[in-house]
Amino acid sequence: MTTLTVYDTPRAKPATGFWTRDRKAGAVFLVLGVLATVLFTGLARSGAGARFVWGVSSVGAGLSIPAKAGAAIFGVVCALCGAALLTGRAERWLRWLAGLALVTLVLSFLCWQVAGQAMPLGSMAQATVKAALPLVFGALCGVLCERSAVINVAIEGQLLTGAFMAALVGTVAASAWAGLVAAALGGVFIALLLAVLAIRYLVDQVVLGVVLNVLALGLTGFLFTQLMQQHGDKYNFPPTFPAWHIPGLASIPIIGPALFQSNIFGYLAIVLVIVVHFALFHTRWGLRTRAVGEHPTAADTVGINVRGTRYRNVLLGGVIAGIGGASLTIGDVGSFTNNMTNGRGFIALAALIFGRWSPIGATMAALLFGFTTALAGYLPLVGSTIPSEFLNMLPYAATIVAVAGLVGRVRAPAADGQPYVKG
Amino acid sequence: MANNHIDLVVEPGEIHALLGENGAGKSTLMNILYGLLHPDEGEIMVDGTARRFRGPGDAIDAGIGMVHQHFMLVPVFTVTENVMLGAETTRAAGVLDRRSARARVLEVSERYRLPVDPDAEVADLPVGVQQRVEIVKALVREVDLLILDEPTAVLTPQETDELLEVMRGLKESGKSIVFITHKLREVKAIADRITVIRRGAVVGTARPDASEDELASMMVGRTVKLRVDKSAAAPGEPVLTVRDLSVFDDRGHEAVAGTSLEVRAGEVLAVAGVQGNGQTELVEAIMGLRPVAGGTVELSGRDLAGRSTKEILRAGVAYVPEDRSVDGLVRDFTVAENLILDQYDQPPFASGLALRPAAIAQAARERVAEFDVRTSSPQATVGTLSGGNQQKVIIARELTRKVKLLVAAQPTRGVDVGSTQFIHARVIQERDGGAAVLLVSSELDEVLALADRIAVMYRGRILDTVGPDTPRERIGLLMAGVTEETVDETAGGDETAGGEA
Repeated sequence: MTTLTVYDTPRAKPATGFWTRDRKAGAVFLVLGVLATVLFTGLARSGAGARFVWGVSSVGAGLSIPAKAGAAIFGVVCALCGAALLTGRAERWLRWLAGLALVTLVLSFLCWQVAGQAMPLGSMAQATVKAALPLVFGALCGVLCERSAVINVAIEGQLLTGAFMAALVGTVAASAWAGLVAAALGGVFIALLLAVLAIRYLVDQVVLGVVLNVLALGLTGFLFTQLMQQHGDKYNFPPTFPAWHIPGLASIPIIGPALFQSNIFGYLAIVLVIVVHFALFHTRWGLRTRAVGEHPTAADTVGINVRGTRYRNVLLGGVIAGIGGASLTIGDVGSFTNNMTNGRGFIALAALIFGRWSPIGATMAALLFGFTTALAGYLPLVGSTIPSEFLNMLPYAATIVAVAGLVGRVRAPAADGQPYVKG
Repeated sequence: MANNHIDLVVEPGEIHALLGENGAGKSTLMNILYGLLHPDEGEIMVDGTARRFRGPGDAIDAGIGMVHQHFMLVPVFTVTENVMLGAETTRAAGVLDRRSARARVLEVSERYRLPVDPDAEVADLPVGVQQRVEIVKALVREVDLLILDEPTAVLTPQETDELLEVMRGLKESGKSIVFITHKLREVKAIADRITVIRRGAVVGTARPDASEDELASMMVGRTVKLRVDKSAAAPGEPVLTVRDLSVFDDRGHEAVAGTSLEVRAGEVLAVAGVQGNGQTELVEAIMGLRPVAGGTVELSGRDLAGRSTKEILRAGVAYVPEDRSVDGLVRDFTVAENLILDQYDQPPFASGLALRPAAIAQAARERVAEFDVRTSSPQATVGTLSGGNQQKVIIARELTRKVKLLVAAQPTRGVDVGSTQFIHARVIQERDGGAAVLLVSSELDEVLALADRIAVMYRGRILDTVGPDTPRERIGLLMAGVTEETVDETAGGDETAGGEA
């Protein structure tokens, strides 16, 4: 008799051993939760209540939470979520538990900070969305480029060029729509430089991106001082897009004012995120884009034009980033100032990585980063001792944590940054 | 020039073998045929009409499909997504119609008996199945001519037999196949006609009943001896002892899972197995290039785990890495510089902080002569040499030191027959000089030619260690993960198990 043994042990055995993804996240939240409970409860003013108002002003319907008790309870919930993840049996709920832990951590912090004051959640949401808007456009541009394997560090320059062009052309043509089109073309101009130099001339894409940012900064700065500073009314006074209120939806507590009282840029962002996300994962264009980003030679051997796909995506990204830049001028303050993007392009890049190269993921990350900006604007109003610079640093810190793999595996498209050379 | 005025005619329903050594220009020819490269002269006729391919898309339209040596599959896509890529079925606005694409995959897979799971992610599939996906991918496009570029290089002998069976089936249904290989056995088993290519030119055609020796001499251009002369081994003390070694690969999977082996002075232990079963990680762990996660590695009783590669080399280990262009040589350095990469900081090549070019050039001249490296000059950059000569540079460098243990991974991959013979002879010479040799090879012919003992590795474990006289079939089964608990066996049982594995 012959006995045959066929070995068929699955090879997927993670090397991390005990420290799986959920346990790592759990440990982090457990520590943060305990710290929050101790610190925030200890520091919160006793006897005071933290008042959270649903609407946009600090008076109106809302919820009052005793500061000390609130800080303690939310901190404990955060720690419990962490502990649940740490057991290693809650991996299925990772996303929800991590989300809950993050929210309660923030709430515990807010109970301490808002004690004796009121926080209008509606206006916080508005500020969050406003800060997140250019990041969403920038990150979508990044998704389009990097999913087809062109690294785009020049998002900052594209936003800046878009903002400048919108202000200039919008003023000269006396039309916000003309400004919008010009902004898109400005973004495409930088994108075209990126595409030709990266795809045709094989220039290192990260270096190239940095150079393009400096170029955009220098060019817009020069024209700003030459034209706009001296003749602001002639060159830097564009009409802006009005806000469109959607009846009914606009009066939803908290999110209504943020999402449904915005101007064209807010609605465009919502539509674009959904369209790009769907297209990327469910259309021919998306399948080909991802194939080009993961394994360009494979795409080539089935007759897909690799370089053509990359050109198209980078230029399309330029359109989106340019429009994102316009949202800062003709969608908001109504004038251009020197270096007005102030690093937003880099935070957009961070959101792209934090959101794992997915349009919806990047949008969530952008909203999270937008919230830290909103918080940085709000805290001084209630006399907080926390410097706003600390909060402005958080997006970058979060990205370093994400890239270091502490919150799960972050994987770029396999061919990201590699030029495609035939043969 | 990779191809020089080649004429090739493939008839309908024919399996046409394209036989040639590594570097003879077979793949270049096929890439031209598939539209990936463009010919400088000459034309391609399909069904009697001349065609000009601007890219693979045109070739596919003309009914030509190709399964590349390195698979052209996107690892993070499912089988269906890979098959539909480039020929997507869509509904309105370019939205993918996954359901009909999936049905098409199943239909083709059933019709040609190529079982694949349309929903599996390609990265999770074994190589043999990935190859099936590649064939399905071509068949879905309704090609009439299928080019298979070295399809058996990554397969176990049993998987090879299955592939030959599939090829016969395709032939019966009227498809033509161009089968590129340098393995004579397979050519004789399946081909209807054989075209032999040497240095980019057709040197003749042959019929499958030609003897292996005849084919080999056509391929190489002179009579070759396919066997390596060697006497019986006289094993001495154990030199390399690996116990319960466990090593992780780049993705964090346990690639070497509790492997033990021992190599003694004066013997060649060959680690056989299909590529990707942990051999690479095993060798890297021994050489200190990859952390040891568990177990011990000892060289003559000294623990090597945790030591640097430099220390390990200095302890008397010579190392021929499996990927010479990445790990073995600095392509833009000269032959002379590459020959002292391991000793650049020692006399006579260095004095204090400075290199001594005269000593380096002198040593290079000697070694180039001794190891028969064909180069215009020792000062030529190594990247300009042929694969076989690059490999000889590595062998020359490694074997100049005093060698207790030679670790050679795929030492003749992509190397021409002449250099292969030279390298094999040197390996046996080292063995006879008293060195222990650990040979890692996925070429069963090489293993059988050189080994005194054969350890078969499968999914990170040594399944069995057998003698050099073991039948190929038995080793083939071990390579597929099938072990026999009892010695006497029945052929029928083997085949069933091999098919499942």
